[in-house]
Amino acid sequence: MTASSDLDALEARLSADIEAASDLAALDALRVGALGKKGEVSLKMRELGKMSPEERQVMGPALNGLKDRLNTLLETRKATLEDAAMNAALASESVDVTRPVKREAQGSLHPVAQVMEELAVIFADMGFAVAEGPDVEDDFHNFTALNFPPDHPARDTHDTFFMKAAEGETAKVLRTHTSPVQIRTMLNSKPPIRIIAPGRVYRCDWDQTHTPMFHQVEGLVIDKETHMGHLKGCLMDFVAAFFETDTVEARFRPHHFPFTEPSAEMDVRYERVGDAVKVGSGDKWMEILGCGMVHPNVIKSCGLDPEEYQGFAFGMGVDRLAMLKYGMPDLRPFFEPDARWLSHYGFSPLLQANLATGLS
Amino acid sequence: MKFTYSWLKEHLDTDLSLAQLDEAMTMAGLEIEEIEDPGAKLAEFSTAYVKDAQPHPDADKLRVCTVETRDGIKQIVCGAPNARAGMTAIYAPLGAYIPGLDFSLDKKPRKIRGIESHGMMCSTKEIEAGEDHDGIADLKGDWPVGTPAAEALGLNDPVIDFEVTPNRPDWLGVYGIARDLAAAGAGTLKTGPVKKVPGSFPCPVTVKLDWPEACPIFAGRVIRGVKNGPSPEWMQKRLNAIGIKPKNLLVDVTNYVSFDYARPLHVYDMAKIGPVLYARKGRGEADQHVALDEKTYTPSESHCVIADDERALGLGGIMGGQYSGCSSDTTDVFIESAWFDPAIIRKSARELGIDSDAKYRFERGVDPESPVDGIELATALILEYGGGEASDVTVSGTAPARPDDIIFDPARIKRLLGLELSEDRIEEILVSLGFGVTRGERWTVSVPSWRRDCAQQADLIEDVARIAGYDNLPVVSFRRPEGERFEAPATELQNRVRAARRSAANRGYREAITWSFCRSDQADLFGGVGEGLVLENPISSELDVMRPTALIHLLTSVQKSADRGFDDARFFEAGPIYLNDAPDGQQTVVAGVRRVVAARDWRGEGAPDVFDIKADAMAALEAAGAPVDKLQVTADARDHWHPGRSGVLRLGPKVLAEFGEIHPRTLKALDVDGRVLAFEVFLDAIPATKKKALKARPPLELSGLMAVKRDYAFLMDASAPSAELIKAVKGAEKQLITDVALFDVYQGQGVPEGQVSLALEVTIQPTDKTLTDKEIEAISAKIIANAQKAGASLRG
Repeated sequence: MTASSDLDALEARLSADIEAASDLAALDALRVGALGKKGEVSLKMRELGKMSPEERQVMGPALNGLKDRLNTLLETRKATLEDAAMNAALASESVDVTRPVKREAQGSLHPVAQVMEELAVIFADMGFAVAEGPDVEDDFHNFTALNFPPDHPARDTHDTFFMKAAEGETAKVLRTHTSPVQIRTMLNSKPPIRIIAPGRVYRCDWDQTHTPMFHQVEGLVIDKETHMGHLKGCLMDFVAAFFETDTVEARFRPHHFPFTEPSAEMDVRYERVGDAVKVGSGDKWMEILGCGMVHPNVIKSCGLDPEEYQGFAFGMGVDRLAMLKYGMPDLRPFFEPDARWLSHYGFSPLLQANLATGLS
Repeated sequence: MKFTYSWLKEHLDTDLSLAQLDEAMTMAGLEIEEIEDPGAKLAEFSTAYVKDAQPHPDADKLRVCTVETRDGIKQIVCGAPNARAGMTAIYAPLGAYIPGLDFSLDKKPRKIRGIESHGMMCSTKEIEAGEDHDGIADLKGDWPVGTPAAEALGLNDPVIDFEVTPNRPDWLGVYGIARDLAAAGAGTLKTGPVKKVPGSFPCPVTVKLDWPEACPIFAGRVIRGVKNGPSPEWMQKRLNAIGIKPKNLLVDVTNYVSFDYARPLHVYDMAKIGPVLYARKGRGEADQHVALDEKTYTPSESHCVIADDERALGLGGIMGGQYSGCSSDTTDVFIESAWFDPAIIRKSARELGIDSDAKYRFERGVDPESPVDGIELATALILEYGGGEASDVTVSGTAPARPDDIIFDPARIKRLLGLELSEDRIEEILVSLGFGVTRGERWTVSVPSWRRDCAQQADLIEDVARIAGYDNLPVVSFRRPEGERFEAPATELQNRVRAARRSAANRGYREAITWSFCRSDQADLFGGVGEGLVLENPISSELDVMRPTALIHLLTSVQKSADRGFDDARFFEAGPIYLNDAPDGQQTVVAGVRRVVAARDWRGEGAPDVFDIKADAMAALEAAGAPVDKLQVTADARDHWHPGRSGVLRLGPKVLAEFGEIHPRTLKALDVDGRVLAFEVFLDAIPATKKKALKARPPLELSGLMAVKRDYAFLMDASAPSAELIKAVKGAEKQLITDVALFDVYQGQGVPEGQVSLALEVTIQPTDKTLTDKEIEAISAKIIANAQKAGASLRG
């Protein structure tokens, strides 16, 4: 029996044992038994020194080759066994991923607030800032400065809430419109003025289509050259932008408001599409806002010269705009919090109406 | 204001269809509220002549009629007992819808007992034009075949209802409407000046004006020998159509003139009044009288009465008295046509709680130059339909002066309206409305007596724009001023509101908007209603004061949701609260509310507690730009909060937010069950951020050195605030200690009674060199020393 055939037998045995190793420990034992300090192959390599140069020249490469091949086999087998062990571990860790995730409470923003933000964006693009004023107003800002003379029938058209006044004092009111903000703005800043004033307003009225509190947005422009043609252009552009439509058929009808002259109401064409309303085209007219050129008496009340300054104002109901655009059939739930309604008609807090990505 | 189309046509020559009239009125500023056209539903029906009517060979009750219709001669089988040759009937063609029977005739002739019938003859009930169903309509009068049924039945007069704006009292008369529509090009005004009826004897009644501010002019006339029967049918029809019940000639004439010319009148029974009448101040009890509305009034000295020497006869310009009113026996009358001051009328009516068509007109302003015309119009009608003899007209006082002439710069039309209009056209419009124009560089425009709303140039520009047509004004896009940099216009507070709202919504709250008012006893639970914030005329007793907090409606709303089975509704509101009635007494808050409900989840989940709501409040504050790392937390929230589970987030004395559980007593008073967590963030209290010239941030300096973490456990009094300890530890080495985290709180075995163990992880970040053990020991010693000063000791 030659030394090399011995080696062949050894390799065959060890290879078979490695292939058969059932776990990493057994495999390691085999590695030590073959290639460890006292392993069979190591011992044989130790014997190389005792060999004749000729023998060594044959047996040296043969043993090194065997060692390399066994190492490769051991690595391969080790990888296989490790994989199997990990797979077994993973199998034991598995969970039912079809189970539901934790329910996070969903928040939302109110549609009226959304519409107010849309208005702010559209009008900011036309150079308007957003101004605000108090809800509890005095008679001067809510009426007199707006050219409602004391005791005039025009005051009857506002179902005014009055505050209890101290003896001998004029009662304050809950503002019946956002127009007092016009007065405050004109008194506190210099033209040119471009503002919108959204906010809560109050009328003593509660039925199917009225709530004692609702929202208005007021617009005011004061400078030296803005005329009624600009008013028409501004509002038609607004309607097109807000309702996101290219076709806006609108008409301006003469009307009367104490604080504007000439005064107008703006109607837009609309049609019903199922329960929803499509604004801009159609066969019916719908009134959406009141507007006009600021009355010279109002300009004068604010300490400006109406010969020099002029401009326009407009006012509209924010809740109604929301209803028209987003299809709420009824005003009343706007102010009676119900999670189902708020969820259905509300907006994601991640949404921010803006010119680049859209209004909603 | 209602009128009928035929009434308008009395004054206006026009061939506008009803739809065109609608459009013309709308675009002239007379806003249509409703047009009721009784003839519209009768469009299919027309008159027909029954030439022959023969008994049906196979049916006793049927007749076979030969009828001349607008569609030619038709054979119609008719079951009506009154069908006969020679009558004028109402014909419905094949296919017509019969409203009273709610079915349509077949489009093809139908055989009735073997004989074809080509249409139908109708009763007035069948076409919903009357109640008569004894037989088919048997029209009186000579109607040509094919006359629309509406016309033959006198139902062809549409009623138009429109809104009269307070500046245009002249539209409270049909004549005034016609005058405006003529100016707007909708027709030609055909009524000329009012004709005078000469008197045949001196007026036996004298009028004394004792209060000329209230009643500066009073015209009167006596008519003797009137027969006060029913008014003519045409007048009754018109009055009925606009909702005025006809009574007798004298009453109907005053109403008619009131609606025809916006000229209220009053008629007194001569038998009941003295020879001298006074328009004077009321005298209280002495003037107490029963008015025509059968109510008793006691006019004070701020109310104007018409009186004779015996008694008060009525409230001037508002309502006459029952005593001197006219009955069917009245023969001699005195007609009053006066002018009353709008403000005094308004005040009187309000104080006495009385309303009338006359008051409605006088408070808006009747043409002060119309008293004599009013008398003449009434006289002509009374004499024509009631006979009699008229006296001369007596006029006491003088009409108030017309409004001053207006200096008018025609160039303002272009400047204010953007509209190119020739001076000739401007003049034409003004003249058509009754203004007088003297042209020049600046025009002098005289104002007609019925346009007391016109006092300045803008009033004229409005009329010019209205008649020229708003449709003709240019449409000019309104752009941001050129050359100006775009600067986002939102204010800091607006941005704070936006961000805080989004923070709350991101954390699971739904934004609500609730009433600014609340019930006063609810306000009392939250510190009480502010000064001057009680409503005089609340819409309901539930909403009678301005709210001092945004929490009330949110709390009741989560309860309402729970009642509907939604346990865990979470609402927030960004809105006002009211501390007093001054402009700065209104503040903006963001308030959120959720119930303490444990979420049920298969992985297990606890109920939210005060620290969850504290986190929500802090997140809202941080979003709104508050310096949250500098905030102090104190446990002194107001009385509506749970005394042991609530806190205040503050910067020194400034309260930025309150949070915690709502006091159970408060909840009970609001009928809210269970425990509720809430926060209220006061956005106005957040200090303004300083504006920086550059938005660049300071350079980022990152240390390459490892941070060292050390844990400490301290014992301290369980009732002492842990924030003090954390603050003390942080302050031990301000440069190096970058974070202190509380990672465990323990009470129980091993911790003395009344004490708590607080475990802190302190992060020490070296800046320029790695710290030696010795240096770290030194820092530790400082930490422990500082903690001791804060009342804590290292746990052994």
